[in-house]
Amino acid sequence: MATGAEIMVKCLEKEGVSLLFGYPGAAICPLYDCLLPSTVEHVLVRQEQNAAHMASGYARSNGKVGVCVATSGPGATNLITGIGTAYMDSIPMVIITGQVNSWLLGRDVFQEADITGACESFTKHSYLVKDAKDLPRVFKEAFHIASTGRPGPVLIDVPTDIQLQEVGEWEYPEKAEIRGYKPRTQGHALQIKKALAAIKEAKRPIICCGGGVVLANAREEMTAFAKKSGIPVCATMMGIGVTPMDSDYYMGMIGMYGRTSANKAMQQADLVILCGARVGDRAINVPQQIAEQAHIIHIDIDPAEIGKNMPVDIPIVGDIRQVLTALTEGVEDTVPVQWKRQVLDYKLQYPPRGVEREDFVEPRLFIRDLSTMMEDKAILTADVGQNQIWAARNFNVKEGRFLTSGGLGTMGYAVPAAIGAKLAKPHRQVVAVCGDGSFQMCMCELGTLVETGADIKIIVMQNGTLGMVREVQGNRYGHRYIGTSLVPGSPDIVKLAESYGIPAAEAHSNAEARTFAKEMLEHAGPYLLVCKVDPDTPSI
Amino acid sequence: MKYTLSVLVENQPGLLSKVVALFSRRGFNIDSLAVGVTEDSSISRITIVVDGDDHTVEQVEKQLNKLVQVIKVRTLQPGTYISRELSLIKVTCHAKDRGDIMRIAELMGARIIDVTKNCLTLEFSDTDERTETLLDLLRPFGFKEIVRAGAIAIEKGDKSTSIARK
Repeated sequence: MATGAEIMVKCLEKEGVSLLFGYPGAAICPLYDCLLPSTVEHVLVRQEQNAAHMASGYARSNGKVGVCVATSGPGATNLITGIGTAYMDSIPMVIITGQVNSWLLGRDVFQEADITGACESFTKHSYLVKDAKDLPRVFKEAFHIASTGRPGPVLIDVPTDIQLQEVGEWEYPEKAEIRGYKPRTQGHALQIKKALAAIKEAKRPIICCGGGVVLANAREEMTAFAKKSGIPVCATMMGIGVTPMDSDYYMGMIGMYGRTSANKAMQQADLVILCGARVGDRAINVPQQIAEQAHIIHIDIDPAEIGKNMPVDIPIVGDIRQVLTALTEGVEDTVPVQWKRQVLDYKLQYPPRGVEREDFVEPRLFIRDLSTMMEDKAILTADVGQNQIWAARNFNVKEGRFLTSGGLGTMGYAVPAAIGAKLAKPHRQVVAVCGDGSFQMCMCELGTLVETGADIKIIVMQNGTLGMVREVQGNRYGHRYIGTSLVPGSPDIVKLAESYGIPAAEAHSNAEARTFAKEMLEHAGPYLLVCKVDPDTPSI
Repeated sequence: MKYTLSVLVENQPGLLSKVVALFSRRGFNIDSLAVGVTEDSSISRITIVVDGDDHTVEQVEKQLNKLVQVIKVRTLQPGTYISRELSLIKVTCHAKDRGDIMRIAELMGARIIDVTKNCLTLEFSDTDERTETLLDLLRPFGFKEIVRAGAIAIEKGDKSTSIARK
């Protein structure tokens, strides 16, 4: 005999889950009780949304499914932004929520929320379990769905009585058998042939990488393809780090806040090879314009992405690693030297911006400096706002990772994601870059940081304002600033960190920032560095 | 243009809300929707009539396929299927008009299923087009109520939209 909760914990163990991020409550107490004797460790967050972000950082860093837990009602609804963030960036995640007793469902009782209904449009799949006997199948399916095809969050909502329900014999299924779910991984041979022919004919080809390349762990395959084909590479924000960023053929990030060199190259191209990119408006504002002058090859594991936002000439549905390997086999470097020279010229013509300052920390320069000081395999997490753009444009990912909320653009992502990443990869250097707005959205997690002892470094770019919105108000709304000043009310962040027992420093110039950054990176344990930034510093 | 999609789904609670939510979220227009169980009781069929262009229908098909509980999606090609819609029509009917309405019903092949002093209720099962014709003919008498079930469709000949049996 076993209770539903015991089965749930056993299922997690069978799936190799060693870490859960969560926040308890009455409706999920049976599960928590069964965690005590298990091998699954629990990390107590300070607000549920951050449990999802931590699971996201964890999943993205080690390729496993991240798991987070919350109770019914407000616990579950607090998770929503985190689930939405994971959905938009296709992060493999399983979310477990407690639910009121099944016989009370639909009666608006205490802490009841229809969470499967609420999350309908941003979960890959969801379950409301009505019989504990279904739990093994549901868990097997959930982990399978979350991690295969185009990854995504899967929600399992379990009423308290189902967690307590006694089940006789049960076993964990070997395989998930779902007749309506069969993701295609092998790219169609004929399409690959067509793509190779198009590459051969192209005079100005370019590769545009999205988050799919990173998710598929296809970095090596992408680098091999780019090198053998000689085609320049650019990336969307989610694709940052797909190939060593200091290589000649890498053009930088495209899009609204992208590098001019990369955007120019995209506009000039006569063949665009989109790899695992969903062509969001921030990356490609007017897809039709590019499609009019260039042939488009679109490689994606999700057939629904192809043709959704951009007309496509050669669609290839499949796992990006397999498709890239097949393409690399058949490709030759037929890229005209003239084009290669032209894109290199763009790069030189539009160098990164920002110069040394003594009155403030110039954030763009500082990120580049920081980049040279960090380990090659380091993981950088960036929040949302100007700090994200400064980091995305100036941080040089060598062999590490760049993690940010690219799709939903969720402020408060960096710190919890960094904690999750560090717990997944304890030997990697992990640094979180935030603004003072986004930091204040998740600063409660300093508690979790102390409790877990996760050795992460936090950089807060403090300019006392919601910089990106302020910039928009300046440029498009005639400097009519409203609701964007964080002063008065700005905390002394150094003192705040110290109150948690976290060493901290404040830098007022680039020279100081470099000195403290060195100290920070050498310090064993968490460290917080506040950089005072001029509120008039532009994003790009 | 209108397209008819035949969608096989797991016969499970909550699935219909996922399908409907998908349509509203992605901004697709549903003309009609009809659900019923198939020859295999674990599978339901949803017949959806969608208003849109080729691109929209392709997206509808792909997005539906992404739902885990959707087993098969087929856009039925014009001319290859037979479609029917059930309508129940309550027409205002004074004694002097009864003969006229009954003649229209007979002409169109509608059945009279209920009669009162002031109204007649008709049952009609036919294509969308013929249903419109019947409604046009009855309109001068005045409608009390119209209930339409949404189109269901089946392919002509030996072809079928079903999953392979093991």
